[in-house]
Amino acid sequence: MAERKAQMLSGNEACALAAVAAGCRFFAGYPITPSSEIGEVLSYLLPRNGGRFIQMEDEIASMGAIIGASLCGVKSLTATSGPGFSLKQENIGYAAMAEIPCVIVNVMRGGPSTGVPTQPAQADFQQARWGRHGDHPIIVIAPATVTGAYELTVRAFNLSEKYRTPVVLLLDEVVGHMREKVEITAPEDLEVVNREKPGMPPEEYLPYSHSGTDLNPMPAFGDGYRYHVTGLAHDETGFPTNNTREIDLQYRRLNRKLHRYRDDILQVRKMETDDARIGIVAYGSTARTARHTVKAARSEGIPVGLLQPVTVWPFPDEEIRDFGKQVSHLIVPEMSLGQFAREVERVAGCHAEIVRVNRVDGEPITPKEIITAVREVA
Amino acid sequence: MLTDYTKYLRMTKFPHIWCSGCGHGIVLKALLRAIDRLELRKDNIVMVSGIGCSSRTPGYVDFNTLHTTHGRAIAFATGVKMAKPEMNVIVVTGDGDATAIGGNHLIHAARRNIDLTVVVFNNYIYGMTGGQGSPTTPRGMKASTLPFGNIEQPFDVCHLAAAAGAAYVARATAYQARLLDKFIERGIRRKGFALIEAMSPCPTSYGRKNRLGDGATMLRQLKETSVKITEAEKMTPEELVDKIVVGTFKDVDTPEYVEEYDRLIMAAAQRA
Ligand SMILES: Cc1ncc(C[n+]2csc(CCOP(=O)(O)OP(=O)(O)O)c2C)c(N)n1
Ligand code: SF4
Repeated sequence: MAERKAQMLSGNEACALAAVAAGCRFFAGYPITPSSEIGEVLSYLLPRNGGRFIQMEDEIASMGAIIGASLCGVKSLTATSGPGFSLKQENIGYAAMAEIPCVIVNVMRGGPSTGVPTQPAQADFQQARWGRHGDHPIIVIAPATVTGAYELTVRAFNLSEKYRTPVVLLLDEVVGHMREKVEITAPEDLEVVNREKPGMPPEEYLPYSHSGTDLNPMPAFGDGYRYHVTGLAHDETGFPTNNTREIDLQYRRLNRKLHRYRDDILQVRKMETDDARIGIVAYGSTARTARHTVKAARSEGIPVGLLQPVTVWPFPDEEIRDFGKQVSHLIVPEMSLGQFAREVERVAGCHAEIVRVNRVDGEPITPKEIITAVREVA
Repeated sequence: MLTDYTKYLRMTKFPHIWCSGCGHGIVLKALLRAIDRLELRKDNIVMVSGIGCSSRTPGYVDFNTLHTTHGRAIAFATGVKMAKPEMNVIVVTGDGDATAIGGNHLIHAARRNIDLTVVVFNNYIYGMTGGQGSPTTPRGMKASTLPFGNIEQPFDVCHLAAAAGAAYVARATAYQARLLDKFIERGIRRKGFALIEAMSPCPTSYGRKNRLGDGATMLRQLKETSVKITEAEKMTPEELVDKIVVGTFKDVDTPEYVEEYDRLIMAAAQRA
C-alpha cells in the first residue's frame, strides 16, 4: 500500500478530486449553491488531466451533455442542488432507460422552489429515487463525512460503470461545505472500474440483451459498433419497438438489474448494533451526529445502536427490518419532514415503534435533539 | 453521380414512420448525398436528434445514432463533440424541437460556435403530436391549437442562428433538394456551428389544416414562394411577406469552441 496523503478539503472539493481519480474526464454543469465549488475545481483540474469542462446554459443541457460524453466512452459528471436537480430529472430518466453510466451530485438544500439555498436539508431523498416518470431503478449513495464524499464519489463512478446506470451522490450542505482532513488513497491503491466493452463482432452485439447476466457491455461511439440509442421502449438491439412482449421483457430486465446485484450495491454501516435495544437509523451528515448520540447514550448506560445506510437507494429493506426486529424503537432523525422515515416505517414499522426527529429550519439536527428522543423511550 | 443510399441506410428498419408526401425523406436523402460526397466514414458520424417526426431520422441511418429527449439534441451533441472532437456530429431536429423547447440550447451552441451541423426540418408545425402551432408557424396560419389562425410572430431560424454566432447558416426547401445537399455539405465542412434550415412539407397536419393540398402540391408551393437571397436583398419587407428566402446567410471562419478549449485552456492548465 502506498502512503495515503492527508489534505484539508471540503466535501465538494473532495468530490471533485475523487472524480478525477476515478477517471472522470468530462464535467458539464450550471452553477448553484451549495454545489458550485465542484464545477469550479473541475474547471481547473479537468484540463490539467486531459479532460474537458463546460458550463452549460442550464441543468437540462448539462445532464444531456454528460450523457452524450459518456456514450463516447468518457466518464462524466454533473453537480447541482435542489432546483437544478429537478431540471435534470427528464434526462436522468433517459440515462436510466438507455442504461448510460453517469454520476449526478446533488448537494441538498432546503426546498421546494428556491427554498433555503445556503442551509442544509435532506429533503431530496424521495426525488432522488422517484424524480422521473416511469418504472426504473437508480442507485443513490450518501456520504456522512468529507472522507466519505471522496470515497463514495469513486464508488459512484464504479457502480455506474459496472451496472450501466446513472448514480446519484446525495450530499447535504453540511458535507459539501464542511472542511476536514482527508486521507487520500494513493492512485495505485484505488479500485477503479471501467465499463466492459463488447468482445463480439458488431453484427452479434446486443446492447440490451435480456438473457444472461442482465448486464451488457457498451462500446463507445466510434468503436465501430454503430448502434442506436433511444429513450423509447426498445428491443435487445436498441431499436424502438411496439411489441408488447419485447417491451415487457425490457422493462422487467431494467428493473431487475440492480435488484439482482443488491449485495454488491448495498452498503450500510453499523455502530454498536449487536446488543442494541434502541435503534437509530440515519444517513448523510445526520448519521454523523447520531454517532455522537450513540456514544453519549452508551455512557449513560442506554443500549443504543446506529444503522447508517450508505447506499440509500435501493433502500436497505432487509437490514433495517432486521434491526427493527431487535429493538423496541427506531429513532429516525432527518432534515426533512419524514421522507426517509416513511421508508423505515414501511420496512420496520410493524416490528418497532418509529420515532421521528425532524428539522426543516435550515439548521442541522443536534446530538441533543437525538439523545432527548432516546431518553424518552429508554 | 448517383448516390447509393442503401450504403447509409438500415434497410431492415423500413418502412419508415413518415406519411406519404412528407418532406422529411427528401431532406434525409439530401443529407446522405452530402455525407457521400464528403466520403465521411460511417463510424465517425454521430447523428443526434430530439423528439418529433423529423427526429426519427437517426433510426434509419447506419451511423452511431442517438435519439434523445425533446429539444435536447444539441445539448447531448455538445457532450459528444467535447468527448470526441474527431467525430462528425450531425443534429437532425424539427422546428419545434430546435426553436421552442430546445431554443436555448440552439442559441448557446451557436454562440459557442461548437462544431456541430444542425439540420432543422421546418414544417411550420408539431407534426408528431398532431399539428399544433410551433414558433415558426407563419402569421394567420392554422394549426390544431390555432383554430382561428396564428397571431404570434414566427422565428426566422436562419437570422436567429446567425445573430447568435453560428459560423454557417443556409436555407433551402425540399423542392430545391440539390441546393439542400450542397448547403449541408458546406455546413459539415465548415468548422464551427452550422445550421441548415430545410423547409419540409407536412401535408398531414399543416397541409390539411390550411387546405394546402397534398405533398406534391405543397412542394410546388415551396418552389413558387422561394426567393433567392440575392433577389431578396433588393425587395421591400412588404414584398417579402410570405416568401421563403433561400440561400447562404452566413459563412465565416471564426474560432471553434473545442479547438479553442484545447489550444487555450487545456494548454494553459497543463502549464500551470
Ligand atoms: C418534454 C416533452 N414535451 C412534449 C413532448 C411531445 N412532443 C413530441 S414531438 C413534439 C413536437 C415535434 O415537433 P417538431 O420538432 O416540429 O417535429 P416534427 O414532428 O414536426 O417533425 C412534441 C411537442 C415530448 N416528447 N417531450
Ligand atoms: S405528420 Fe407531418 S411531419 Fe409527421 S410524418 Fe406525417 S407529414 Fe411528416
